[in-house]
Amino acid sequence: MREVAVLGVGQTKFGELWDRSFREIGIEAGLHALIDAKLSSADLGALFLGNMASGTLIDQEHIAPLIADYAGLAGRHLPAVRVEGGGASGALALHQGYLAVASGAYDYVVVGGAEKLTDVPDATATQITASTADHEWEVVFGATLPALWGLVARRHMHLYGTTREQLARVSVHAHEMGSKNPNAHYRNRITVEQVLGAPPIAEPLGVLDCAPFSDGAAAVVLGPLEEARQHTDTPIRIAASVVACDTMALQHRKEFTSVGATVESARTAFRRARRAPADVQVAEIHDAYSICPLIGLEDLGFVERGRAGPEFASGRFALGGTPTVNPSGGEKAQGRPFGAVGVAQVVELVRQLRGEAKERQVSGAKLALAHDLGGTGATSVVHLLERAN
Amino acid sequence: MSIARFWRETPRRYNLGGSKCTTCGTVYFPPRPVCPECTHHRQSIEKMVPFQLSGAGEVLSYTVVHEPAEGFEMQVPYVLALVRTDEGPVLTGQVVDVDPAQIAIGLRVRATFRKLREEGAAGVIHYGYKFAPADEPGGGPSTAARSGTVPAGPPAAERSPA
Repeated sequence: MREVAVLGVGQTKFGELWDRSFREIGIEAGLHALIDAKLSSADLGALFLGNMASGTLIDQEHIAPLIADYAGLAGRHLPAVRVEGGGASGALALHQGYLAVASGAYDYVVVGGAEKLTDVPDATATQITASTADHEWEVVFGATLPALWGLVARRHMHLYGTTREQLARVSVHAHEMGSKNPNAHYRNRITVEQVLGAPPIAEPLGVLDCAPFSDGAAAVVLGPLEEARQHTDTPIRIAASVVACDTMALQHRKEFTSVGATVESARTAFRRARRAPADVQVAEIHDAYSICPLIGLEDLGFVERGRAGPEFASGRFALGGTPTVNPSGGEKAQGRPFGAVGVAQVVELVRQLRGEAKERQVSGAKLALAHDLGGTGATSVVHLLERAN
Repeated sequence: MSIARFWRETPRRYNLGGSKCTTCGTVYFPPRPVCPECTHHRQSIEKMVPFQLSGAGEVLSYTVVHEPAEGFEMQVPYVLALVRTDEGPVLTGQVVDVDPAQIAIGLRVRATFRKLREEGAAGVIHYGYKFAPADEPGGGPSTAARSGTVPAGPPAAERSPA
């Protein structure tokens, strides 16, 4: 296996992009990543595209060749592959791209993530989101994805004394960071009182505990680390890329306040990279619902089990924290275009490691962690990235 | 959802038919063809036998849903819970016949046979289990007390052409 580096990154604005089509945003992100990597499309060996639900969201399957075609690559008959893993589709595509370069099968690949959610009504988007849980044994009985995370939240509160205010602080933090990100869906700051007073979705979670339905795309260009200096002064090495699964339905877990797939993927990633959670300065952690990053911080090993609520509320994970969590604003504020999320996390972390994150820069960031989750945790993907010096 | 897709699960959804691994004794709902608990999963193939849940259990966690799943629009707000059955498996289902303010973790409940949702005014009606407080007389007969038999097919309402 060869060492793999991220050579270029690109991203569209996230949000309600009424005037822009799926193919437009997909291509924009990819071309920006190519330009950033100082490569031309002729250098590419393959395209991997993370996408969760184009078939139901825009009535279009078979989207990898579609994006390749409109990027001008159909004439070269470039291999183009779509990857799906619920909300973790983007990170899963990145894993496939990593394997493709590490194996030596291809030298340079582009990994994109794209999703267009606003072409369907919100109720439809809610149902499509729920399809990442177990349809037959959860959704048929009235579950939605926020309802399932609401069950997790209530259980965490019951076992560990986590409070409603501590959950609210997670969203307040996300919007604070989003205010510093020009690509974010939401750039407004919010208060704990606003989160607590927002209409309920699935108690204890309210509207402001839930990430929005967003459109958006992100892309990265990967290549062999040994050739990375030809393309960039600041190559970012992928120190680990790990995928793990767990039971499809929340009800079948042995624990309801811990995601086994996250624990396993993080443990393996740290072991492979010979690092520990304390070595990480900046992390992008799955935060579709306010309870998610609390569970995530515990499962990833950043805090003791049950302690994430008070630790988060203490401000430990703010800009400059140990580590800084979700400087992009996360899914809550930057936005949640499912398949784009996992790739956008890495775009943000590469910018952080290069020292290009401007207002939201974590000073001296050397090791970064990305954590993307599908459904209630049936798929977890962890990437460790570091500045290759 | 097609009629067949819902109908083929009626032994589970109407009657809480699970399965049990004859090697390690673990009970599953819904039934599984392979036992995840056995170290050598293949050994459990063809050794999983049908097992009837009693429908009795307790609430592990609950949420009050205000933005519903499709087909549940008329029921909001509704209580959804994780219920650990006395036999072990945890089920996701609504808790009914109780004021949401009275729900608490640890509440004893029993399964009750109810209408889950309708596919529009002329569509298929889906039935299955919900849960009611165990000491609540209005909770209806528990699924196990009702009958050990499994319906041979969909009820009349589902058979009639929509």
